[in-house]
Amino acid sequence: MNEVSELIAQTAEKIMQNLSTKEVISESESGIWPKDLWRTLADAGMTKIGISENLGGSGGSLQDAFSFLQIAGKYSAPIPLVETLLANQMLSTVHLPLSDDPITFGYANDSESLNLKRDSNGWKLFGSLRYVPYARFSKYIVVVVKSEETNKIVLVDLNECEIKTNQNLAGEARDQVLIKEVSIPESHVVQTWEFDESKIMLSGALLRAVQMTGALERIFELTVSYSKQRVQFGRPIGQFQAIQQQIAILAGELTAAKSIVNKAVKAFETGGGEKEIMMAKIRVGEAASKSARIAHQVHGAIGITEEYELQQSTQRLWSWRDEFGNETYWAAKLGQEVISMGAKRLWPFITMRS
Amino acid sequence: MLKDLELSSIELSEKTEKIRGEVREFLDAELAAGTFTPQCDTWLSGWDENFSRKLGERGWLGMTWSKEFGGQELTALDRYVVTEELLAYGAPVAAHWIADRQSGPLLLRYGNEKQKKEIVPGIARGEVFFAIGLSEPNSGSDLASVSTSANRVDGGWRINGSKVWTSGAHSAHFMIALCRSSAKTEKRHEGLSQFVIDLSSPGVTIKPIRLMNGEHDFNEVFLDHVFVPDDMVVGEIGNGWKQSVAELAFERSGPERFLSTFPLLVELIQVMQEGETTERQSIAIGQIVARLFTLREMSLGIAASLEKNISPEIAAALVKDLGTQFECEVTEVARQFVSFPYSDKFDSLFTKALIHSPGFTLRGGTTEILRGIIAKGVGVK
Repeated sequence: MNEVSELIAQTAEKIMQNLSTKEVISESESGIWPKDLWRTLADAGMTKIGISENLGGSGGSLQDAFSFLQIAGKYSAPIPLVETLLANQMLSTVHLPLSDDPITFGYANDSESLNLKRDSNGWKLFGSLRYVPYARFSKYIVVVVKSEETNKIVLVDLNECEIKTNQNLAGEARDQVLIKEVSIPESHVVQTWEFDESKIMLSGALLRAVQMTGALERIFELTVSYSKQRVQFGRPIGQFQAIQQQIAILAGELTAAKSIVNKAVKAFETGGGEKEIMMAKIRVGEAASKSARIAHQVHGAIGITEEYELQQSTQRLWSWRDEFGNETYWAAKLGQEVISMGAKRLWPFITMRS
Repeated sequence: MLKDLELSSIELSEKTEKIRGEVREFLDAELAAGTFTPQCDTWLSGWDENFSRKLGERGWLGMTWSKEFGGQELTALDRYVVTEELLAYGAPVAAHWIADRQSGPLLLRYGNEKQKKEIVPGIARGEVFFAIGLSEPNSGSDLASVSTSANRVDGGWRINGSKVWTSGAHSAHFMIALCRSSAKTEKRHEGLSQFVIDLSSPGVTIKPIRLMNGEHDFNEVFLDHVFVPDDMVVGEIGNGWKQSVAELAFERSGPERFLSTFPLLVELIQVMQEGETTERQSIAIGQIVARLFTLREMSLGIAASLEKNISPEIAAALVKDLGTQFECEVTEVARQFVSFPYSDKFDSLFTKALIHSPGFTLRGGTTEILRGIIAKGVGVK
């Protein structure tokens, strides 16, 4: 990490510690927008990090953006950072103005769910999207729709849509967006060659995997520190081999998750990374399942309470591992690819440089 | 504490990839000529001295060592790539494996001029083979409890005791034995020394310890008043513990800690490819491949650290723990999808993998010992 990246990470960590507290996270679950947290990060330019300044972003590398998101994941930041960054990224590729406000994204996972048609004044969009992250708190939604044979990025004002609130296990907003014949000005519909459904799935998978490594780090730290504090049979439970062995597994899963995510981020940054992202989402998903179980087991009953903070991270891990494709979704794709390539190609596939 | 767990992601250079290409070309030619049949766990049981000599001729043994002692002065990553190719092809590499991996580097680091000049170049040529002399009948995980004794005599030392699980001792030339050279005190790690034992010396008796299928890889080596001249002491008398720990660092994180059953995985995919692929098969292979790729990434990260002379002991223990579990998983997945017996080729790979699999998580530090090291490393204990 260079000095600038280090500084970004430190600043982010400080902001998160102060403003993404357990109370703020709990409040957000009951619908209160954490405006201080958002405002502070937006003012620091962090909601547009990793997008070049020429395109209206705040500069920094994609690696900086990812390390910031990892920190956000560690502190369970209850705001659409991943969503705003990806939506802004989409806007920047078609030279639409970026947003300082929270925005989100969506895609038509079948041709029925969204429909974009030409109209005398521009375009009309109708349809509905399920499970849209943070729609209720976002100003716009950036969607990719196939229309007239090409994929188009469409910037939609969420004030014109109806939103039915819903949430994931962790209480993060995952809303339904009903779009009933919304008029879209010509300038807000731009053809894209870069984004389609699969690109969004892959980007989302990578971003969730990055957040998950943050949450994994958090539960690892909580578990280590709990095992040193909690005394039973006259000594800290961390002195029992049974507990030590479990914590060692936890450390292994965290290291594995970070390694594969680093690799995927690097590969993604150079413009590819499809196979690395699939592997990252699979491996980090596995790490999440194993680690959440161990963290809860070591914590004993206190860990399963609302009061104790472990649940904020474990419930996020349980949600995120399923969003943008769970392990079997990606493993089926990856495995299919590997088997059809054939046995002789397996080793070259593993060792191929990205 | 978390810093110890961070592994850097590296990109192999063009030069290193070129070496990979040469190794592949060589291995494809050897396969075509039928000089070897791919097998699992060949770094334990694929003893083929001719093959080792061929690798030596091509400069693929002792690659990182100084040219003065027969090396090529290449990088640890160059060596990494050569070893992973050999393992992935299931090539017979057992004869030189220990010597190239740890005995040579140990002698170069701590040995005297005579050892470096007279023994090390033979290793690089693929002609001189070594066995590990650490475990004893009563010292397994608790290595510091070794009781093989070394007593000072005129011109050297007399060694008495026995070493076990010494793979390849029946064919190797030398064994580096960790012995107690002065009486045990409260400080158990003191008073230990390492000796190069010529396995043809009078007083050395080697008896096979057969695996459950009758296979002969391991031995018990009995040392009865074996004389070792002063110039065959490794490093300093009394410094044996520290030297042995350094030796272990070479052992734990290499590609042989997750590729032992790779040839079975290749054959499994071959079998799947021949039939109609089911979704269950795809999912299982996708998961296995994701784990394998991650392990390789971690292991390369450690190789990169070793290159910079950082010894990431905790991360190395992690890779060995996860890697050896993975080797066992491959065997289990193969069993779930292909009913045994299937074909001569599959059955042979599968049987070898299965019979050897309990050993994967024992050798080079058991899972439990490794996890103890990891827990201590992250501050619990």
